[in-house]
Order: sequence, then structure tokens, then C-alpha cells
Amino acid sequence: MKNERLRVYAWEFPVRFTHWINVLCVLTLSITGFYIGNPFIHAISSKQYIMGWMRFIHFIAAYTFMMSIIIRLYWAFMGNRYASYRVWFPFSSRKLRDIADAIKFYLFIIRKPPYAVGHTALAGVVYFILFLIFLFQIVSGFAMYSLNHSGKIWILLGGWVTGVMHLQTIRLFHHLGMYVILAYALLHIYMAWYADLKERNGLMGSIFSGYKFVTGKEWE
Amino acid sequence: MDPVLEKDPSTETLSFLNKKVSRRDFMKFCTAMSALLALPASFAPRMAEALTNAKKPYLVWLEFQDCAGDTESLLRATKPTVAQIILDILSVDYHETIMAPAGFQAEKSLMDVVKNNKGKYFVVVEGSIPLKDGGVYCCIGGRSAVEIVREVCGNALATIAVGTCAAYGGIPAAQPNPTGAVGVKEAVPNATVINLPGCPMNVENLTACIVHYLTFGSLPLTDKLGRPYFAYGKRIHDNCERRAHFDAGQFVRRWGDEGHRRGWCLYEMGCKGPETFHNCPTIKWNEGTSWPVQAGHGCVGCAEPYFWDKMSPFYKRLPNPPGFGVESTADKVGAGLAVATAAGLLIHGIGRAIFEGKKEEKGGE
Repeated sequence: MKNERLRVYAWEFPVRFTHWINVLCVLTLSITGFYIGNPFIHAISSKQYIMGWMRFIHFIAAYTFMMSIIIRLYWAFMGNRYASYRVWFPFSSRKLRDIADAIKFYLFIIRKPPYAVGHTALAGVVYFILFLIFLFQIVSGFAMYSLNHSGKIWILLGGWVTGVMHLQTIRLFHHLGMYVILAYALLHIYMAWYADLKERNGLMGSIFSGYKFVTGKEWE
Repeated sequence: MDPVLEKDPSTETLSFLNKKVSRRDFMKFCTAMSALLALPASFAPRMAEALTNAKKPYLVWLEFQDCAGDTESLLRATKPTVAQIILDILSVDYHETIMAPAGFQAEKSLMDVVKNNKGKYFVVVEGSIPLKDGGVYCCIGGRSAVEIVREVCGNALATIAVGTCAAYGGIPAAQPNPTGAVGVKEAVPNATVINLPGCPMNVENLTACIVHYLTFGSLPLTDKLGRPYFAYGKRIHDNCERRAHFDAGQFVRRWGDEGHRRGWCLYEMGCKGPETFHNCPTIKWNEGTSWPVQAGHGCVGCAEPYFWDKMSPFYKRLPNPPGFGVESTADKVGAGLAVATAAGLLIHGIGRAIFEGKKEEKGGE
């Protein structure tokens, strides 16, 4: 039993679905958002509608992204243990040790990474921070969107932020948030690829199929 | 004797037909004011009637830490005889720049208004009020600005804070704010204050506020920053005459380039129209001649709180991130972050390869 590899259904459909929607949205939002902040394509004729289209696509992607985050949040409460919101708060002594071990592993102090079928304890914390950044991007986005849209709904979704932060500060942090998310994406891909390579657990494939491979020992 | 106090304005009704204002110009003025206040044209006759029968309200104009730019704006009111109408509608009993009395006589006329017309007069405040060190940084006739403003605004019917300095502290309140400058509402929290920010305020908005009061007996509706909706309800960007160029993607990229000569959007030159609420694009300045964006310069957001700190750099889209060098822009920081991440990953990969190599060597022994 010890070395037998088990096939575990870790990532359910909503988890994989929202993951890939997020990927598409983050890419779309980054490209269009970068254009909106720093228009790098120049119109030749006034019949063009470049900024108009960029903003339109940005807003559509933003709505899609928000819905995706809502679905994922819903699934954090309704899905299986690997999708649960509980991974955000690794406060048990074992999980705290796992975090320390993970940091040691990435700093080459120890060789064997802490293993979990779903997210590791460190990943849980990182995802929680990432979720907060996503939330900030959504709310600050609506704060700017509310400037030319009157109505209580826009105040509720983000307009209230203009009373807390200066508009220019909101813009700056919304812009910097993009870089943080892109930097995260790089790290995320690298680490997943690395874990897949080292642990041979099918991690890279798991976000497509949902299945991961674990040995019997780890399953315990 | 103070000549202003000799006549009793409360018994004097206005007859514009007897003055230098023609009936035609007067009706034009009322129609323009109705439009400015976003009222239907049918309100113009009602406004004309109200203004014709209005009793002259008292008005005092206080000036503190500022450049007298709002006074300049007032004196340059050029809508058909607006300056005249203002002077005829109002009994301006104190205005340091244009009043006849001086010294103790002037201060007396101010105090006479406060004492004799408690709760019935308007105050226009121009300039910020310093609070630091007991308010010693701005004194008039031996009294500090905060002392004067508390007494005069506290007993007034309403205070109109004109210009960004009086509304939110403005340029004197810019970092590091050496005098502890604040706006009127912050200095006198219990006063009725209506803010008309702008650097300077647009005198047509001031006229409209007073006309609104004389017509309806109340001040116009204001937003959470105390600004009347009729003048500050819309964003500059949304009413901008260059907006079509923004949507098309036609931007000025350098001063004097082809796009600049053709009047394209100033977004890339740091125009703060997208974060500023004011009616500049619709009423413009100097008798509707022009306004900054029409003249080819981006908006600097002068009507927004803390504009000097928050809207700068004026010629860049985004502010500089805090904690980095003055010259770094968000994109440079972002690029730095990306490079740092990529470098970190590379180092990790190499480190791991070496580490693994050693492990294998050891394993082989």
C-alpha cells in the first residue's frame, strides 16, 4: 500500500472552471487596463474607437471576473475539502509547521516539501491574500466606474471608496494591483510546474482534469 | 459715518428697469441662470420676478490665506452686467479689495453687520484659515482668521466658501501645510457652508447660488463635499469637448505635436478631467470664451480637495507611488517588480539545480 499511487479527484469542475475564467479575465483585464492607463495604440482616423472598445472589453471582462470570483467564493463553502475556505486560515500547529517547512523548502534548507492533496498551508495563506487583492481590484474598479454612473448600486459596489481614498490614489493602487497579480501569476506557474516535476503528482494536469496522484502514505 | 450703513437696504426693492440693465439683458441673465442651475426655461420669469422684488441681502466678503484670485474672478464677471447685478442685488458691506473704508472704520462695518443682522447675512470666504499655533499666521486688525471666521460665519445665514482654499484648505494646506490651513467647514463645523471650490471659483456659480437663494429661499442642494450639484454634479471628462478623441484613441503625446495642434485628447499629458467634478466645459470662463482644455492644457483638478498634493504630477497620468523616488512612476515600479520576480524565479531554479546536483552526488556515494 505504501508506494501505491492513488488517483484523487481534487479539483471539482467549478474550481477548474473559475480558474480558467480567471486566467482569461486577468490577461484581458491586464492588456486593456494597461492600455486605458497608458494608451499605447494610436488612432489614425477619428472614425476609430480604440479607447472605447478597450474600455468596453475591460468592463465586460471585469463583470465576468467578478462573477467568477463570486462562483469560486460560493464553492469555497459548498465544494469539497480541497476547495474549502478553511485553507485560508491555517492556524493549527501542524499547518503552521507546514508553512515553516514550505518556506524552508523554497529556501533550500530542507529537501522534502510538506505535502497536501489540495493546497498546502502556505498556498492557502497566499490564496487568501490574492483573494483580498482581487477584491480590492473589483471594488476600486467600481469606484472609478461610479464616477460617471449615478445610482445607489455603484455607490454600494465601489463608489463608497471615493470617500475613503483620493481618486488618484485609487487609480494608482488599481494599476499597481495589476503588476502584483501578474507577478503572482509568474510565481504560481513556476511553483506548480516545479512541484509537478519534483513530486510527479500530475499537478499541472490536475487543473485540466481535476485528478492528482498521491501515494498511499501521503493519503493518510 | 459709514456710507453703506446710512441707507436701509431692507426697504429698498430692486428695479432693474431703472438701472443701467435693460429688460432684455435682464431676461437673458435670468434664462442663463436657469440653465446653469439646471432648471427648465419656464423658471426664468419666476426668477426675474423674485430678483425684481428681492430685498437686498447683506453680504460680507472675508479674505484670508489666498491670492485674491476669487476676487479677480468676481471683478471679471462679464455676463451682461453681472458685476452690476451682483452689486445691485447685494449689499456688499465688507470686501477688503473693493471697499471704500479702511482700518478701524472697515472693521467696524463688518462687526456692525454681524451685530445688527445676526442670522440674516451671507458671508463669502476666500482663502484658507490657519489653525496652527493659535492661528497666528493670518491676522486682520489684530484678530486671527479663525477668530474672525468663527464669529462672522457662526452668526451668518450661510457661508459660501469660494475657491479651493476656503473650501478645503487648497494650496496653503498642501504638504507640509506649515500653517495648519483648513477650509471654512473644518474651522467652523456648525456653520452652514456651501463650497464652491476651483482655483479660482467660477463667478457664475457664485451668482447662481445667490440667485437660487433669492428665488427659492434656500441654498442649492449639495453633495457630500458640500458642493452644489448644479455646478459639481458632473465630471469634466464626461462633458469635455475633446471626449470623442479620447474614445477614438487620439491623444496628444507631446506639447505642440500634430495631435496637440489638431485639438486631440490631453489624457496622456496628465489631464485630470477624469477625476474632477466641475462645470468648466459647459459654462467656461471669461464670458464663455474658453477654458483650460479648450486652450490646449489639461485639467489640473483644481476644484478637488487636496489637488496640489493628490493631482500632481500635473503632466502625468498617475501619481508617484509612495515610498519610491520622486521620479519613479507606477510603470517603472511594476516593471521592477516583474524583473525582481523573474530574477527570483531564475535564482531559485539555478539554486535548486545545484542543490539537487549535490544531493545526487551524496546519494551516489
